[in-house]
Amino acid sequence: MKNKLPVIAFLLFFCCLIFFPLVFKTPFPRHVLIMVFLYATMGIGWNIIGGYAGQVSFGNAAFFGVGAYSSAILLVHFGISPWVGMLVGVLLSALLAVIVGYPCFRLQGHYFAIATIAVGEIVMVAFLNWNFAGAAVGIYLPILEQSLKNFEFHTSKLPYYYIIVCIFLFALAVCYFMEKSRWGYYFRAIKNDPDGACSLGINIRKYKLYAFILSAVITSICGTFYAQYILYIHPSSTMDLMMSIQICIIVLIGGLGKLFGPVLGAIIFVPLTELTRVYLGSQGQGMDFIIYALIIMVIAIMRPQGLWGVFSREARGTR
Amino acid sequence: MNELLIVQNITKRFGGLQANNNISFVVNKGEIIGLIGPNGAGKTTLFNCIACFYNVDEGKIFFKGSDISQSTPQRNCQLGIGRTFQIVRVFKDMTVLENIMIGAFLRNKHPRDAKRKAMDIAAIFGFAHKLQLKASSLTIAEQKRLEVARAVATDPELLLLDETMAGLNVQEVKESVELVLKLKERGITLILVEHVMEGIMSIADRVIVLDDGEKIAEGSPRDVINNDKVIQAYFGDKYHAKRREFTTSIQ
Repeated sequence: MKNKLPVIAFLLFFCCLIFFPLVFKTPFPRHVLIMVFLYATMGIGWNIIGGYAGQVSFGNAAFFGVGAYSSAILLVHFGISPWVGMLVGVLLSALLAVIVGYPCFRLQGHYFAIATIAVGEIVMVAFLNWNFAGAAVGIYLPILEQSLKNFEFHTSKLPYYYIIVCIFLFALAVCYFMEKSRWGYYFRAIKNDPDGACSLGINIRKYKLYAFILSAVITSICGTFYAQYILYIHPSSTMDLMMSIQICIIVLIGGLGKLFGPVLGAIIFVPLTELTRVYLGSQGQGMDFIIYALIIMVIAIMRPQGLWGVFSREARGTR
Repeated sequence: MNELLIVQNITKRFGGLQANNNISFVVNKGEIIGLIGPNGAGKTTLFNCIACFYNVDEGKIFFKGSDISQSTPQRNCQLGIGRTFQIVRVFKDMTVLENIMIGAFLRNKHPRDAKRKAMDIAAIFGFAHKLQLKASSLTIAEQKRLEVARAVATDPELLLLDETMAGLNVQEVKESVELVLKLKERGITLILVEHVMEGIMSIADRVIVLDDGEKIAEGSPRDVINNDKVIQAYFGDKYHAKRREFTTSIQ
C-alpha cells in the first residue's frame, strides 16, 4: 500500500457507522440515517451504470419497485419470507434489466436516457393497474412478530439501521471490487469512447448489460428493504420518475464514477430533503423544494464535477 | 500459407455513393502495405471495412482463412486485427497505463497480468515516465502513439494504422516511422493509410493507390510514384498533360 490515508479514513467511517445510533437515540435522526444509507446504496447502484459505464438511466426506480413488490406480494399472498422475496426480487430485476437493456443499448447517449424514462413509466403504470398487486391503493404488509427472520421490527429502528448498513457495505464492496476488476476498466472505457472500446475487442453491449444488471440487483435489494421498513408500498412511492431523478442527483452531487461519490451525495442530500421537509414543509406549499433546489443549483455551479473532487488528489492539483 | 489477409472484390455503398468499388488485394505476413489516394478516395472506408466498423455490401474478406466480411469490430480484434483511428480516440479520462491495460485485458483476464503487460508495452513506446498521466494531457503525437500502444497490447497479427502521421512535425514523423519499423520487427503485419508521402514511401513494401473508390495502382513505392494514373489522380489532368509535354520535350 502506497498510501495508507484512504484505509484509515475508511476505518474511521466504518466506526462512525456503528456508533451513529448510539449518539442519536431518538427515532427521527435514526430514520434520517436509515434513509441516508438507503439512498447511498441506491446511488452506488446507479453509479455503476450511470457513473462508471456512462449510460444515464432514469428508470432505476423500476428496479426499486420490482424489489419492493416482489417481496411484498410473496409475503402477502403466499406467506413467503421477505428474505426469499429479496432474492426473487433480485432475479426479477436482473431479468428486467436484460429485457430492457438488450434492445435499449442499441441507443446511445440521450436516447438511452429517454428510453429508460419510458420503461420506468411503463412499469409504474402497469403496477397502478394491476389489481393482484394492489393497483393504485398499494399493499399493506402484515404486521408480524418482530424478528430478523420476519424482517420486521416495531419497537426500535435500530435493527433496520444495522440491516441497511450491511446492505450498504455489501454494495460498496461490490462496487469496489468491480472498480478494480476488468469490468471496471471496461465500463470506464465504454463511457470514454465506445468505438475505441470495441476496436480493442470489448463487446460493448455485453458489458453495458453487465453494468445494468449489477445496478438493478443493488437497487432491487433496496426496494425490498424499503417495503419491510415502511410496511406500506404503492407505485408512486416506489417507482416514481422523481425517485429515479433523485438517485441520479445524489450521484451527481457526490461525484460521478467515484466509489464514495454516492455516499457523500446521500449524506448531503437526504438530510437536506428530510430537514427542509420537516422545518419548512409547513411554511406554504413547496417551500422545502425551493430551498433544496437552490442548494442543488449552487453545487452545480460551484462544483460541476461533484463534491467528492474536493477531497480527492486531482482537485489539489497533484498527480 | 503466407497470405494473412485476402480482400476479394469488395464494394461498399453509402446510399447512392459508391465509396469502394470492386477492390481486391492480398496482404502477406510480415509486410508493410501503404494505402494512399487523394481525399475522398475511399481509403478510410476500405480501412473500416477491413476492421468491420462497416460491413461490405459485396465481396469477401478473409483473415487467416476465415471470412470476416460480416464480422464485428470486437470479434475482429479477438481474431488478431488491431486498429487506430484517424481522429484519436484515446480514453481521455483514464491514465496512460489504464489506456494500455484496456488493450491488454483482451488476452490477460487478471488485472495484475494486464498491468504487467501494459507496463512492458508502455516502455517500448516511450511512456515509462508518463504512466500516471491522464491521456487528455498528452500531445496529439503522444495520443496517436498511445492509440498504437493500446492496439499492440491486444497482440494483433495485423495492425491497421489510420493516418498516424497526419498533423505531426518532421521530427515526430521520423519517430513514427521508427515506431512502425519496430512493430514490423515484432512480427506484426501493417496496413498504413497515409497522406504523408515521405513517411510511407521509405518504409512500405507495397503501396495500393485508390482513387474515386477504385484501386488504380498497386506495386512498389517507386513504381507507383511513376504511374501515370496515380499522377493524374493526385495532380489533375492539366498537370499530367503538362508533365507529359515536359518529359517528351526532354526526350
